[in-house]
Amino acid sequence: MLVLIGILIIIAGFLLRFNPLLVIMASALATGLAAGLDVAAIVAAFGKAFNDTRYVSIIWIVLPVIGLLEAYGLQQHARSLIARMKGATLGRLLTGYLLLRQAMSAAGLTSVAGHAQTVRPLVAPMAEAAAEAQNRRLTDDQREEVKAYAAATDNVGLFFGEDIFLAIGSILLMKGVLEGYGYQIEPLNFSLWAIPTAIAAFLIHGLRLRRFDKRMRAGPGGDGQ
Amino acid sequence: MITLDHVYQLAGITFALFALLGLYDRSNPKRFGNAAFWGLLAVSMILGDYLGDFGNGLLVLALVAIAGAGQIGRAPGGEIPVEVQVERAAKYGNFLLLVALIIPVVALVGTFLFKEVPGLADPKQATLISLALGVLIALAVGMARLKPPGLLPLQQGRRLLDSVGWAAILPQMLASLGAVFALAGVGDVVGGLIGTAIPQGSLFGAVLAFGLGMALFTMVMGNAFAAFPVMLAAVGMPLLIKQHGGDPAVVAAIGMLAGFCGTLMTPMAANFNLVPAALLELKNPYGVIKAQIGTAVPLLAVNILFIYFFAFKL
Repeated sequence: MLVLIGILIIIAGFLLRFNPLLVIMASALATGLAAGLDVAAIVAAFGKAFNDTRYVSIIWIVLPVIGLLEAYGLQQHARSLIARMKGATLGRLLTGYLLLRQAMSAAGLTSVAGHAQTVRPLVAPMAEAAAEAQNRRLTDDQREEVKAYAAATDNVGLFFGEDIFLAIGSILLMKGVLEGYGYQIEPLNFSLWAIPTAIAAFLIHGLRLRRFDKRMRAGPGGDGQ
Repeated sequence: MITLDHVYQLAGITFALFALLGLYDRSNPKRFGNAAFWGLLAVSMILGDYLGDFGNGLLVLALVAIAGAGQIGRAPGGEIPVEVQVERAAKYGNFLLLVALIIPVVALVGTFLFKEVPGLADPKQATLISLALGVLIALAVGMARLKPPGLLPLQQGRRLLDSVGWAAILPQMLASLGAVFALAGVGDVVGGLIGTAIPQGSLFGAVLAFGLGMALFTMVMGNAFAAFPVMLAAVGMPLLIKQHGGDPAVVAAIGMLAGFCGTLMTPMAANFNLVPAALLELKNPYGVIKAQIGTAVPLLAVNILFIYFFAFKL
C-alpha cells in the first residue's frame, strides 16, 4: 500500500502546480523508498529508463525546419489557402484531418503527422483562418479553443486509428501478455476488434466538431449559419 | 547501415547548437540555465550509452534542478514580424507547403523502403530514421531556395524550443517514472484494490470495473501500456475471461482502447496533452485536455458496452 504514495504526490503536485519535473522526481524517490530501494538504486533505475526512452525526445529536431518555414510565412500561407477555399469550414477542415489521421495511423504511419510536424505549422493556422472567416469577432479565448481542438483532433485520430495496424506496439504487447496466460491470438484479431471503436471515435468526435463549428459561428461577429 | 544511434547523434548536435546559441543570447536573462539544460540533453543524446545508469540518473537530477530552480526561460521577441511573413508568404507560398510536406512524405516512403530493402537502415526503427532524413532533406531544400542567413533555422528553432521549455523532456521523464513504478510494484497494488471493489458474480459490474480501471489507471500512469498488464491480471483474466468465458481478443483489444480514453484526459500523458499546449502557445496548459474530455467520456462508455456485447453476447 505504501508504494501508492508516489501517485498521491503526482496528483497533489499537479493540482498545486509545482514544477512537474520536480514532482516526478519526488514521486520516483518516494515510491522507490517505500518499496525498500536505496536512493542510489532509484537514481540508477530512473537514469536507465531515461536513457532507454530518448527516442521520445528526438521529435524536436524538426524545429529548425518549422522555424525556417514559419519565418518565411508558412502559417500565413496556410491561412490564405483556407481563406480562398469557399467550402472549407472549421468543422469540415478538422473532420477531414481526423479521417486522414485515423486512416494513416491505421496504415501504421503514426509519426507522419503530429503536433510538431503538422498541427503547429499547418492544421492550427488553417483552423484559425477557417474560424476567422466564419466569425469576424473571434475572441482570444475562442482562438485558443480552436487551436486546442486542432491538437485534440490529432490525438483522437492517432489513438483510435493506430490499433488497427497489425504491428503497432500495443498489439504486440497484448499478444505477448495473453501468451503468458497460454492464449495464442493472431494480431489480426486485435486489429479487427479495434475497428468498431475507431468508427465510434470518428462519429463522436465528428459530432463534437460540428457543434464546435456552430458555437464558433454564434455571437455578434459570426455568420450564424 | 543507418541506426537509431545516428538519429540520437543528430538530435544531440541539434541540442548542442541550441545550447551554444542560447549561451550567446544576451537578451535572455536566463541564458545560462537554458544553455546548461539543452547542453545536458545533448550529452544525454550523444553519450547516454556510455554514462552508465547512475551517471544518467545524475544527469536527470541536474536537469530537474535547473528546471526546478526556475532557471529556464525564453528571451522576449525574436519573431519575424507578421507583415514580413505575409509579404514572404505571397512570394514563396506553395514552395513552403511543399517543403513542409517533404518531412511526412520522406517518413512515409522511407518506412516502406527501409523495410523492403534490407541493409540501408535498421528496419525496426524505419519511421524514426526516415523522419530524421526528411528533416535533413527539407532543411537542405528550404535553404537552397530561400537562402536565409545561415543561422536562421537554428535560431528560430531554438526560439520555438525555448517557448516549450522544460516541458520538452516531460514525456521522457514520465516514461522513466513509469519504470520506477513498475520496479516498486505499484501496478499490482492498484490492480488488487480494484479487484476487491467488484461486486461478486455481476458480469456487467466486472466489465465496468475493467473498463473504468483501464481508463483510471492509464490516467495515473499516463500510458495505457502500463495499465494493461495490471488490469488484465486483476480483473480481465480471472473474471472476464476465465470465470465468464469472454473472448480474450475482444477483452484485450477494446480494453486497451478504453485505456486510450484515459490518455485523452490526463496531464501525465504529457507528449499528447501538455506539449502541444506549449507548442501552440496556449495560455491554459490544460486547454487540449479540456477539448478532449467531451470525446473521451462518451467513447469510454461506448467501449465498455462494446466489451460487454462483443465479448459475451455475440
